[in-house]
Amino acid sequence: MSGFNPEMRTRAEKICSLYPQVRSALIPLCHLAQEQAGYLSEDLMEEIAEMVGVTPAEVYGTASFYDMLHTEPVGKYLVGVCTNIACLLQGGEELLEHAEAKLGVAPGGTTEDGMFTLEDMECIAHCNKAPALQVNYRFFGPVDEESFDELVDDLRAGRLVGDVPSHGTLIREERSAPIALSIDEVLAERALSDAAIAQRKAQVQS
Amino acid sequence: MDENAERIVPKIVTSRIGLDGSHTLETYLATGGYSALRKALTSMTPEEIQAEVMTSNLLGRGGAGFEVGRKWSMLKNSPLRYLVVNGDESEPATFKDHMLIEGDPHQLVEGTIITAYAVGAARAFIYIRGEFALGLERVQRAIDEAYTYGALGRNIFGSGFSLDLVVHPGAGAYICGEETALIESLEGKRGYPRIKPPFFPAVIGLYGAPTIVNNVESMSNIPWIVNNGGAAFASLGIGRSTGTRIFALAGHVNRPGNYEVEMAKLTFRDLVYKPEYGGGMRMGRGVKAFIPGGVSAPWFGPDQLDLPLAQDDVAKAGSMLGSGSIVMMDDHTCMVRAAWRITKFFNRESCGQCTPCREGSGWIEKMMRRIETGAGRESDLDMLLDACDNIAPGLSWPPAQTTICVLGPSIPSSVVAGIRMFRDEFLIHIKEGGCPYGR
Repeated sequence: MSGFNPEMRTRAEKICSLYPQVRSALIPLCHLAQEQAGYLSEDLMEEIAEMVGVTPAEVYGTASFYDMLHTEPVGKYLVGVCTNIACLLQGGEELLEHAEAKLGVAPGGTTEDGMFTLEDMECIAHCNKAPALQVNYRFFGPVDEESFDELVDDLRAGRLVGDVPSHGTLIREERSAPIALSIDEVLAERALSDAAIAQRKAQVQS
Repeated sequence: MDENAERIVPKIVTSRIGLDGSHTLETYLATGGYSALRKALTSMTPEEIQAEVMTSNLLGRGGAGFEVGRKWSMLKNSPLRYLVVNGDESEPATFKDHMLIEGDPHQLVEGTIITAYAVGAARAFIYIRGEFALGLERVQRAIDEAYTYGALGRNIFGSGFSLDLVVHPGAGAYICGEETALIESLEGKRGYPRIKPPFFPAVIGLYGAPTIVNNVESMSNIPWIVNNGGAAFASLGIGRSTGTRIFALAGHVNRPGNYEVEMAKLTFRDLVYKPEYGGGMRMGRGVKAFIPGGVSAPWFGPDQLDLPLAQDDVAKAGSMLGSGSIVMMDDHTCMVRAAWRITKFFNRESCGQCTPCREGSGWIEKMMRRIETGAGRESDLDMLLDACDNIAPGLSWPPAQTTICVLGPSIPSSVVAGIRMFRDEFLIHIKEGGCPYGR
């Protein structure tokens, strides 16, 4: 494997151009890497490191802090069942137990066919639809045992392809507007307007 | 003046929620969108906008409740400043920003542009938690539409003011809602909160430059304040609690949801029982306890249901309105399990920098699990309180702090409240060797 493919490399470069300091692109590029490979493979971490000017270890060290960044392969569909307080009160734990039985894996595990990874999630801010879950960060809820089974069957049969992209694809809306002014230009403009204001003030006072 | 007269309380931030295509530029423009930005850029100075926001006394809607106008006024003077919008909504049971981000992204974008103008930001960022995939897409679309419409980029509306706005995805970490951790994360690092002082964002923020960090709901209020004036906003509510606010009502109520109501005018009881809001407790059961402002807040019992939804009243009663999330727990709830789950959350989300938080949350979680699953000892209760006391000495409210950020002192809230309010229930777990609620 050899890092970003040409299309992804172009998108990655565009993302880098959005920030005054390129290291800020690190996490967005990790998402992009997951979009290409489904997870953060070593070669992609190396390329991200090169692009944002840090070592591969720093990319790994940063990525390992975040729940959504996976340095090992995960299933095509990441099923995250929320069990935090609002969902707990509405049966989130029972739903997670059902999910374990239905998928045959414990939280953190991936089904043998590589289709599903199950996660015990913290609050996803969908509490008015508790118990709630996300599949690849797309919301579902309230979910009961029956609708969970249906959801899994639909995903397995490919009936939700449009709604739920494969794991890794997070933002399907690519920014079209380039950065209009560099920070240097902003500062230069500001210096000009400050000078103009000072000049006007001086004129008024004299 | 007749206190009981029916006044029409405006929907300040949720007026478009539920409209067809509420997230599109078309709907936004058809409902007065970007008129506030036009007004701000063509007829107001940054100072005038700051003054209106100061007059409004808008309290930050993220959790700490600090006055937005005062926060802006504390921004260190520097040619290079940044604005960062905090859309990392992760406080358990809080789901109001989720709705605003997906439902009215242009309002958020407009509020952000106005604020950037008011505080003189060289660039603005909207940081949205990674789990909000649809929200990230909608805000990205809104930003692109705003560029095309002329509300972003060079020389906005011919005013001479220019701004670039970037939406930035998080990647799953509760702690990044803490403003200095959010800045670290936006710089491409692990989300470790910074030590304050010296790292107050208004002085040393993003890339070391003075930075304003404001919450999504706070930003969404700005267009209305510019259009209607700070005084109109301040005329709503009571005392320091001005305007309206979204309360995210969750747990054992018939109608969980986000309700925008006038500040301080309703009580918790009104919000829970009125048919237009919570519609009462599920299955007509009684209230055993409730959390008034996110899981970092100490719990209240049913006798506190008549407190008004006002920041200072709730603080005086020993808790906080916090993130605006209210979790109702009925009389069939196992309070040990509830407190254990909240502790487990803090243990998972502790960033690991400070020993009291990193180790304390782990020990407390293990003891709570032990009690819930039947292996608890009576001495555990004192040990739990002692462990909590090591994180927040004195176990008072607001809590004392032994850690870099407030995640640490938030851990004891539910455990201490649980033991103080429901000691017998803890003891039954211990004596009967398990959960009496059958789990």
